[in-house]
Amino acid sequence: MVVPVSYYLALSVALFALGVIGVLIRRNVLVILMCIEMMLNAVNLAFIGFADYFKAVDGQMFVFFVMTVAAAEVAVGLALIVAIFRNRATVYVDEFNILKW
Amino acid sequence: MTLNIPSFNLASIGPWITLSIFAIAILLADALSPKGNRTAAPLLALAGLAVAGFQTISLWGKNGLDFARMVYVDNFSLFFYMVFILGTALTVLISLQYLKDYGKNLAEYYALLLFATVGMMLMAAGAHLIMIFLGLEVMSIAVYVLAGLFREDARSNEAALKYLVLGAFASAFLLFGMAMLYGAAGGTLFLNDLPGRLTAGFKPLTLLAIALLVVGFGFKVASVPFHMWTPDVYEGAPTSVTAFMAVGVKTAAFAAFARVFFLAFPTLMPDWTMVLWVLAVATMTLGNVVAIAQTNIKRMLAYSSIAHAGYLLVALVAANQLGAVSLMYYLLAYTLMNLGAFGVVILVGRKKDSYLSIYDYAGLGAQHPALAAAMALFMFALAGIPPTAGFVGKFYIFSAAVKAGYIWLAIIGVMNSVVSVYYYLRITVLMYMKPAEADLGPINFAPAVTATLLLTAAGVVLIGVFPGFLYNLALNSVKIFPGL
Repeated sequence: MVVPVSYYLALSVALFALGVIGVLIRRNVLVILMCIEMMLNAVNLAFIGFADYFKAVDGQMFVFFVMTVAAAEVAVGLALIVAIFRNRATVYVDEFNILKW
Repeated sequence: MTLNIPSFNLASIGPWITLSIFAIAILLADALSPKGNRTAAPLLALAGLAVAGFQTISLWGKNGLDFARMVYVDNFSLFFYMVFILGTALTVLISLQYLKDYGKNLAEYYALLLFATVGMMLMAAGAHLIMIFLGLEVMSIAVYVLAGLFREDARSNEAALKYLVLGAFASAFLLFGMAMLYGAAGGTLFLNDLPGRLTAGFKPLTLLAIALLVVGFGFKVASVPFHMWTPDVYEGAPTSVTAFMAVGVKTAAFAAFARVFFLAFPTLMPDWTMVLWVLAVATMTLGNVVAIAQTNIKRMLAYSSIAHAGYLLVALVAANQLGAVSLMYYLLAYTLMNLGAFGVVILVGRKKDSYLSIYDYAGLGAQHPALAAAMALFMFALAGIPPTAGFVGKFYIFSAAVKAGYIWLAIIGVMNSVVSVYYYLRITVLMYMKPAEADLGPINFAPAVTATLLLTAAGVVLIGVFPGFLYNLALNSVKIFPGL
């Protein structure tokens, strides 16, 4: 059985939207980072779906790069969270308010 | 199974290789040298930038693709290489004393600057959306770390974290746009192939992709409504990093923005110019109006940088040859005048940034006339008053808009420039016409910063009085865009 590309796309859009909502409404910065990861994975899914549909490898290549970059970004993000936690003992974005948003 | 490795010429990415090697060498030299000896790092960084500059000049005039069509080697990217190299070199110069005052003159700072520069070059030269994405992230991740350089300072932490979270959020939009474009184009992401592949049947998907790309790039260039991070991050980050972000990141993002939109979407120009028209007007107006209310000089320069992103968007909207030329000229001029202004901020700020209010500039004209004159020059340049480079850049941008038929856009732009004169001149008025509230005390004129101020001031006047050479250089570079 072949899964049509529209199914991949629908799932990808749904995941992406959930990620966006999560970033906007959650207040814990760790959860926000996870939501961003979810958005990136939604992108990966869309790439894979299209790559399979068009039989073109660019999309699959792109997924590897996205995963690598996401890992690097999270590494830096977690390091920053550790640094900020040492100074302020909080991970809630509402309390990061020395600088006006 | 045979594996064909396409032929490539390492010389076409010479500047990237040089900068990467020098960055690694800086890290190694730091690890192997006795503790506390950190004089080598900035010198190595400057040496690397000089070598990369020579390589760029020797590549000048080439026109083609390399590395299996992944990399453009053309004058457009080489022009931007030079702007990045110049911006990074001046950033190194203004950082030295500033970081020493904080006890943070770390080798990794210079290595990260070089890595970020490589990322910018990737963005300017990327011929495939993977390259542009990778460049964007190489640059951004390095800059996230730089913004959080003062680990013990809660403001620096907060700035870095806000930048990272919002930056990653915007990158996700950019990526989703690329994925949609991949679908709309039927499985290719080469910029050269895109115009032919974006057929009318997939127009909604293409438009969605363009909208998402505008969000991603709009974030990096700090355009309204994706500008919310700018003032906070500019204020919280170390001043030298703020200068680097204001000039380097913005320039790189505009280079990629222009390349992608001019090359890949010439047929959809009416659609995206309309969106960018609105963004340009909103960006200019909000940046200039809110800048008036700022009392922190770094925050004021942040809003000023938002306003300048608006002017640069006007050049994109114009989407003609003069528009592309003015974009390149203005980004170079902006690099010079903004780095100069931040150099003055660093000098006046001294002692761990204790003098960042604009009222600390009162009486500067009497106590340090040369410094005040330099600041006045940079403020005039940012406001766009002749005979500085800022005036010529704005003149090119607005004439490009008029030429393309966007008369109202040009009028709104000029009106915005008038508004901006208010807050730029306020600094000048404070410096010359108000007595100092307290004795300013001695300013430590570090030789490197003084040299930067002299260089940028000379550059701002020189390319403002004789823009012809750069104009021809840029005109020669934009021939690569067939759609303009």
